[in-house]
Amino acid sequence: MSSFASAAAPRQRGSTRVTDHRALRFLTAGSVDDGKSTLIGRLLFDSRAILADQIDTLEKRAAGVPRADGQPRFDLSLLTDGLEAEREQGITIDVAYRYFATRQRKFIIADAPGHEQYTRNMVTAAAGSDAAVVLVDITKLDTLAAPVKLLAQTRRHALLARLLRVPSIVFAINKLDAVDDPGHAYEAVRAALLEFAAHADIEVAGVIPVSALRGDNVTQPLDAPWYSGPSLLQLLERLPTTQERTAGDLLIPVQYVARDQGLSGAGAGEQPRIVWGRIAHGRVKAGDEVQLFPSRHMARVAEVRVAGERVAFAEAGQSTGLALDRHLDVSRGDWIATPGTVHETNRFAATLAWLDTEPAVVGRKYTVRHGNRWVQARIAAIDSRLDVHTLASIDAHELRVNEIGHVIMETQQPLPVEAYETNRVGGSLIIVDPASNRTSGALLVKAVDQVGAQDACGAG
Amino acid sequence: MNAPLMVDRLLPELDRTHLDWLEEEAIFILRETVAAFERPALLFSGGKDSCVVLRLAEKAFKNKGVEARYAGRLPFPLLHVDTGHNFPEVIEFRDRRVAEMGERLVVGHLEDSIRRGTVRLSNPLESRNGHQTVALLEAIEEHRFDALIGGARRDEEKARAKERIFSHRDGFGQWQPKEQRPELWTLFNARIRPGEHMRAFPISNWTELDVWLYIARENIPLPSLYFAHERQVIRRKGLLVPLTEVTPALPGETVEAVQVRFRTVGDMTCTCPVESPAVNAVEIVAETLQVTVSERGATRMDDRTSDASMERRKKEGYF
Repeated sequence: MSSFASAAAPRQRGSTRVTDHRALRFLTAGSVDDGKSTLIGRLLFDSRAILADQIDTLEKRAAGVPRADGQPRFDLSLLTDGLEAEREQGITIDVAYRYFATRQRKFIIADAPGHEQYTRNMVTAAAGSDAAVVLVDITKLDTLAAPVKLLAQTRRHALLARLLRVPSIVFAINKLDAVDDPGHAYEAVRAALLEFAAHADIEVAGVIPVSALRGDNVTQPLDAPWYSGPSLLQLLERLPTTQERTAGDLLIPVQYVARDQGLSGAGAGEQPRIVWGRIAHGRVKAGDEVQLFPSRHMARVAEVRVAGERVAFAEAGQSTGLALDRHLDVSRGDWIATPGTVHETNRFAATLAWLDTEPAVVGRKYTVRHGNRWVQARIAAIDSRLDVHTLASIDAHELRVNEIGHVIMETQQPLPVEAYETNRVGGSLIIVDPASNRTSGALLVKAVDQVGAQDACGAG
Repeated sequence: MNAPLMVDRLLPELDRTHLDWLEEEAIFILRETVAAFERPALLFSGGKDSCVVLRLAEKAFKNKGVEARYAGRLPFPLLHVDTGHNFPEVIEFRDRRVAEMGERLVVGHLEDSIRRGTVRLSNPLESRNGHQTVALLEAIEEHRFDALIGGARRDEEKARAKERIFSHRDGFGQWQPKEQRPELWTLFNARIRPGEHMRAFPISNWTELDVWLYIARENIPLPSLYFAHERQVIRRKGLLVPLTEVTPALPGETVEAVQVRFRTVGDMTCTCPVESPAVNAVEIVAETLQVTVSERGATRMDDRTSDASMERRKKEGYF
């Protein structure tokens, strides 16, 4: 997902941004009884994001349950169990967003339930996240085995985060309060996690031992001879946020075209139009030559705006308004780019995460959204399905809810897709079922020239 | 007295950058709404959250002209559901702001729904908050609005923590928690069928503190109720109930004059102020940083019925 950090840049020209002040968006993945809700409750409670009346309500609900001194007098996990429906079921059924802040940073938690049948929630939460915290319940592992055998869900959570290219993946080993020799247990599980990660090509940002229940090493660092690393919060405070590249060629999906009302009253018939869009990558300034897609018309940028004000330049992550030096037919869904850098194709290979209870149907007409354009599309072929526990490809010709596969997509009009690896804006699409209007799938474009990609210039 | 609190002292780089980021996201959502819908409207109650959304809309659609005023007109009307139990200061503020900005205002009156018989009150002093939904849905139908921009935030209440930025409502205006569309990246799916509508929440990711910081930074005008003033109140069940014609003192209760401010402004029958000496947004920020009672808990009588009451109202089409 694009970042918004540079929003401040044009207004503070001359200053250099040295510290990353953006909010860190992170997702938490874990199963029902891994203590995920307790961990989030702990982060909120210890950073004082929980207010007195909420605590009051929870204490009332927990009346009579004994608690140790100095601990909250209620079950921390109750802080995050939102809807009646899931309170009845005792599980979380959807992505919930939580907010807290420290002196160093603001945080947005996308709390994704870890059930196998809720892969779609995890995909949703991961799509916009800078980091993933994968919870490992140490009490479910045989830490005396060599090597320790990880749970399937731990591998799945990490692999999904990797698939969605979440930049930082953190393992939090929870319930260390419940094992006899935490130092040994931690080391054994850590070794297994690192080995798995190396195999799966996952870069690990940290393996943090915690006890969410007791609060050990969540916000305050652990005082134990066997661990000298940061607390979970200390690590989260210094992880990088996602920034699409600001150097190189420009790409902007046109979001909205507005008549310039500010110049009204001048009496002139033709008013310049401002073309708005959030920059996918690159940077734009007045005087730059740009090309429009699909029309291929060339134009020069006469003026750059951000939020109603004229600025010198704008860059990736910012919504910018461009006045062009000539009147061209531009509308929502078009793309603005550095001339000659865009390659359109109506056939591409992609990873498809299926989110709908109705299975994906090969050959059926769906609607897809790429950038701000909606076009008709069909799944030309399902090549394989991913084993979400290993990411190995399994021969398959259908995809059901919560399944992920490799597909070939065909679109009714050529699209300037880019590999998701290189850019999240150019490389992501959603599939919508035109009959129900449900968001049925998420597409991550693989290397564009991999399968039958054709430059639309030649495809006519 | 202490030296006046300066907004700059309260806005370290962290907050400043964060506000820029939130602003960017909100403007993006506002433009998305206008681009994707034919007849959007912005819900404007005069409440602080809707005042913030209004300023964001100016930034999204107008140009800053001379004297730092925004010129032009928003590409949608403002919509207010008047319960008939609104604080007079708020209605006065609403009309003044709309006139200053030259915007169009559509008002849906709950009284009209009562007259039509689509709302039946069980007693004349009953809270009208729950009934707003009917008047709102009637206004949507009458004006054929297909998207309503609102100032709801995910941090307000647990049922809202899972709310989407674009939240689908069926032909009855109902919210179906299990039918919500997954939102991936910023590829919003705003497709609806005739008769359905969408709610768009540009400040979903803002907290109460963010809202106050932004009000202070941007000098956003608010109704006078938000700032400390002396008011006749009754102390009832830990709340300060303002003395109004619809919330009279009960036998045996005492009325006293207290320095208070409101943290939310809603229906008079269920909105309570808190004791506070804060006379401007900067002082409120300072106070908010130390606050220990969440916004809805201190000020909403109707949410106290049960902590699941918000979810029930949302299912019925409330915000």
